[in-house]
Amino acid sequence: MEEYGGGDLLTEAMGSAARVVVIEDCVEAPGAFVLHLLLKRALAGGGEAAFLALAQPFSHYDRVLRKMGCNLSLHRRNGRLHFFDLQAFSGGARESPIADSFVQLYSEIQRAVEANKIGENEGQVTIVVDDISLLEVVAHGSVDDVLDFLHYCFTLTSEMDCSLVILIHEDIYAGEENMDLLLHLRYFADLVVKAAPLSTGLAADVHGQLSVVNKGTFHKQSAKSQKVWNFHFKVKENGADFFYPGSRQ
Amino acid sequence: MAEAVVRCLRDGRLEGEHAPALAVEGSLQCCPLAAGAMLHVAAALTSQAAAGKAQARGLVIVAFDRSPEVYLDFMRRRGLDANALGRCVRILDCYSDPLGWKQKIHNQMHQENSAKQLSTNKENITVFRNVKDVTKLLYSTTELGGGFEGEGKKYFCIAIDSISSMLRHASVSSISGLLSNLRSHEQVSSIFWLIRSDLHEPKVSRALECLSTMVASVEPALADPLCGESPGNMSFIEQNYSKAKFVVRLKRRNGRVKHLYEDLHLEGNDVQFVSAPSVGTEVNQSLVPKVQFNLELSEKERTDRANVVLPFEHQGKGEPIQIYDGRRSLPEAQRDPNLTASALVDEIKAPKSGTAKGEIHYIRDSDDEQPDSDEDPDDDLDI
Repeated sequence: MEEYGGGDLLTEAMGSAARVVVIEDCVEAPGAFVLHLLLKRALAGGGEAAFLALAQPFSHYDRVLRKMGCNLSLHRRNGRLHFFDLQAFSGGARESPIADSFVQLYSEIQRAVEANKIGENEGQVTIVVDDISLLEVVAHGSVDDVLDFLHYCFTLTSEMDCSLVILIHEDIYAGEENMDLLLHLRYFADLVVKAAPLSTGLAADVHGQLSVVNKGTFHKQSAKSQKVWNFHFKVKENGADFFYPGSRQ
Repeated sequence: MAEAVVRCLRDGRLEGEHAPALAVEGSLQCCPLAAGAMLHVAAALTSQAAAGKAQARGLVIVAFDRSPEVYLDFMRRRGLDANALGRCVRILDCYSDPLGWKQKIHNQMHQENSAKQLSTNKENITVFRNVKDVTKLLYSTTELGGGFEGEGKKYFCIAIDSISSMLRHASVSSISGLLSNLRSHEQVSSIFWLIRSDLHEPKVSRALECLSTMVASVEPALADPLCGESPGNMSFIEQNYSKAKFVVRLKRRNGRVKHLYEDLHLEGNDVQFVSAPSVGTEVNQSLVPKVQFNLELSEKERTDRANVVLPFEHQGKGEPIQIYDGRRSLPEAQRDPNLTASALVDEIKAPKSGTAKGEIHYIRDSDDEQPDSDEDPDDDLDI
């Protein structure tokens, strides 16, 4: 059985230096499993995570991650997982503008990150957003506010050595009109992981394909390495398998 | 022609004219390279300024997209020492806290002990906390530029990275106003900016191009035929992340526009410019519509084509005419009509006045195609 965190194709493709990871998915091939894997990896390495959950409640993630061998409740109690349940997040309640809610949210994240810095904890903080499209909904479609918020999260990656994992549904932005958020995210990203259905049609034991585009940025040494990866995946109860097309027995 | 561009920016303005301006344009397909080109120009200009060869005393970087450290790191790698950086670079940091949120949070947390200040201003980095206020941005930029050491008239250059981020916070007209104000400011020697053209409507980047004297657009080295998302063209992406075309349009004072073209490579942490074959070919190429086929002929192909004697040209000159009509038997070596297609090559040889001769090679498409037979091709028609 393949073990996450070491040796699988996704880990190899992602490298270690990516600060901003954007996961793009679509209805036919949801990319949430990549998010779960990255969350697990972030916590397993002794790091902390700040999870902005807009899509699902805590109990959902707790169940999914438990199958994968990662106890979120425990991490949450130990203060290593900062779970922000934003399903009831009212960006822009009548009395205060949307921006204020985002400032509030950002300040909580920043506090969590700073607390990690001050403490003797050596691990990195990973900020996970599931998913950013819903943040746009919360902001009443105001892309600028979402981007401002993201920019501030982004500054944390360079100042506080955090990393950022963002899930976005690509197919929502398929129209040419409001590509803004998606395009901006692609500019932000160091690494884009894209989940798509198999181009050859449905298959029983292959659930889709992942393409990983690793943009060479200037503060990294590994510019010679491969930038684009393309492989298939199969999602299982306790994780996922990654393999090259046709390389499976 | 990154050199030519840098030379233009280095030489700066003439008395009574606006400062030269360069717009660096990039798209998502080759964004690391556009950003790299921007860093390259900034570093090259700073080293010129540090060596005292430029009109400007130093460079003011208005940083929106990247942390100031990225610039300083890049310049250090380009061999600029701390002394030169301290002397010739000022960074207006609009990246760390563009909307003043951090300050707000800080103030909330430290309401009681207000003595503690948010200390972020380093020696040559100034944090700017209200990017929505374009007028203030203008003042801060020119104020920073006025701070360079030296005697006489102190000129400075401005780099804005990037206009696209500014446009999120301000309108196109106010940004154009800012740029023209900066260009006409008497101490500004030159100005350049980065714009991500696919984030805006074409008219926006057009409007800003009009304000500039030079436009350098970083285009993907390989045009993506489907401009699509299918996994088949992953190799295009791979190529385009390490190599791009650097196309420069220089607008002369008399209104003439000159096109220059160079290749841009990403090598390790650095960007390198490699001069392209020649300007002439670039102009030619740009006239041919962009398709994935090679529509151009090489020099040899062109002379060969010119030398081909068309079948009717030598008739009546008394030379043997040898045209394969499908019935006559082939020359000895090719008797068997079922040989491979390449064996069924028929040649028309017609030496014409002793000069270099051309030939027509006929290669049959496939073996399925029967040589012309006596069969009537229309015999299945019921007439």
